[in-house]
Amino acid sequence: MLEIVNLKAGYRGVPALQGVTLEVHKGEIVGIIGSNGAGKSTLIRAISGLIKPTEGTITFKGIRIDTLPSHEIVRLGIIQVPEGRHLFGKQTVEENLKLGAYLIKDEKKIKDHLEHVYSIFPILKERKKQRAETLSGGQQQMLAIGRGLMSNPELLIVDECSLGVAPIVVEEIFRILKTINAQGTTIMLVEQKVHEALELAHRAYVLQTGRVVMHGTGEELLKSELVQKAYLGI
Amino acid sequence: MFIQLVVSGLLLGCIYSLISMGLSLIWGVMGIVNFAHGAFVMLAMYAAYYGDQLLRIDPLLFTPVAILLLFFLGVLVYQIIIQYVVDGPYVSRLLATFGLGFFLINMAQFLWSPNFRTIKESMVHGVWKIGSVMIELPKLASSLGSILVAALVFLFIRKTRTGQAIQAISADKMGAALMGINLKRIAAFSFGLGIACAGAAGSLLATFYYIFPDVASLFGLIALVAVALGGFGSVEGAFLGALILGLVETLGGYYVDPNWKYALMFLIYLGIVLIRPQGLLGRGKV
Repeated sequence: MLEIVNLKAGYRGVPALQGVTLEVHKGEIVGIIGSNGAGKSTLIRAISGLIKPTEGTITFKGIRIDTLPSHEIVRLGIIQVPEGRHLFGKQTVEENLKLGAYLIKDEKKIKDHLEHVYSIFPILKERKKQRAETLSGGQQQMLAIGRGLMSNPELLIVDECSLGVAPIVVEEIFRILKTINAQGTTIMLVEQKVHEALELAHRAYVLQTGRVVMHGTGEELLKSELVQKAYLGI
Repeated sequence: MFIQLVVSGLLLGCIYSLISMGLSLIWGVMGIVNFAHGAFVMLAMYAAYYGDQLLRIDPLLFTPVAILLLFFLGVLVYQIIIQYVVDGPYVSRLLATFGLGFFLINMAQFLWSPNFRTIKESMVHGVWKIGSVMIELPKLASSLGSILVAALVFLFIRKTRTGQAIQAISADKMGAALMGINLKRIAAFSFGLGIACAGAAGSLLATFYYIFPDVASLFGLIALVAVALGGFGSVEGAFLGALILGLVETLGGYYVDPNWKYALMFLIYLGIVLIRPQGLLGRGKV
């Protein structure tokens, strides 16, 4: 579904990705793990078209997307729930959600998606008239994911959704991601919480200094010496 | 007399509000302080003037035409100039609109001479007396027109899909891009809308104000101060700031000295910004 070949990208000439190759199949949850500065965010920024790679290709459902602007990539069905959430703070919860369906013209579809998101996150329905900035960290993260689901994406990229969220809420969010995946949405999960991410992911890639140093199933990686030493402190 | 001055000040303030709203909108969406804003007010005034002279359309009725003309002019200016500087360094964003303003003012002097012009008599004329308060009807009509346009723009931003996208971009550009909002298209539209506000105000002002090229500098400066006073990024703040400026202009002009009214307006601005750098309704960061 998503194929990345030898991707290189950077900021002002400083390379952050030095030739990343990976793929995501339909229906999977794929984890991208690595420490700060490993290039995880650069990778998904490139997928979403927020930065242009200097080399390599990104293909989604057979279409080259690395040269497309962000809104075209969204239209193809890739949605990113960014790190730090990037909500529209002064707008209400429901307005935020509706903006998630910005490219959908059919009012009925938007309503259906809204009901679907409310069924996944009932708290958002309770708070729908509230400004997004008044929500707690966990609720804001749910809103960010809910907003991402409003366009019914084929691939949902979730970046550091555990940051600034209470551990018990992280568990809940991970459980919900699993459900969303079971309903047919492919998920790419970028996480610093390596243990939880690997338990959830079908497969995962380990990034270090802009390169894929290891990949395999979640289980394999959990058992590997590299992951245990470098990320799990075992 | 005091009430009289307050009424005149508020009437004037309403028109300033409309100009300022456009400036605030453009700032919010693309982080550009449009130093050419006053020049667009001036262009609309000339458009209304020629509408009156050549086509015999009253400036009040010409307002919708001015809105459309200036909207498309705004979109055009975005396409030709603004889109190339919007992601550039702050200085180039600043100089681009500054230069554009200079160009338009000088072009107006070249085309229409620096002389003052006025529209002889607008369809709404005369004075309305309530007790001791005299309300000049042309000013009242222009103020009501400004309030109407401002309210429509406000509703548009709050209630429509495009309006929601405008708010989203003002709040978080990256978040908006990730929702599939075409940033360039909405920015072009917003620039047009902001300039259309200036255009509406210009046409409404033409019914009673002197029309001359350098009127651009005055309105540009007033709008800038109103927005800074109210708080950059806050449309409501811009409205409030503009009303305050209108009041200071008439009250200061009467109680202090007409020659000092603009100095007073800027002095009040300096005072408020020293105490609250983010402006009255600003959102924290400057």
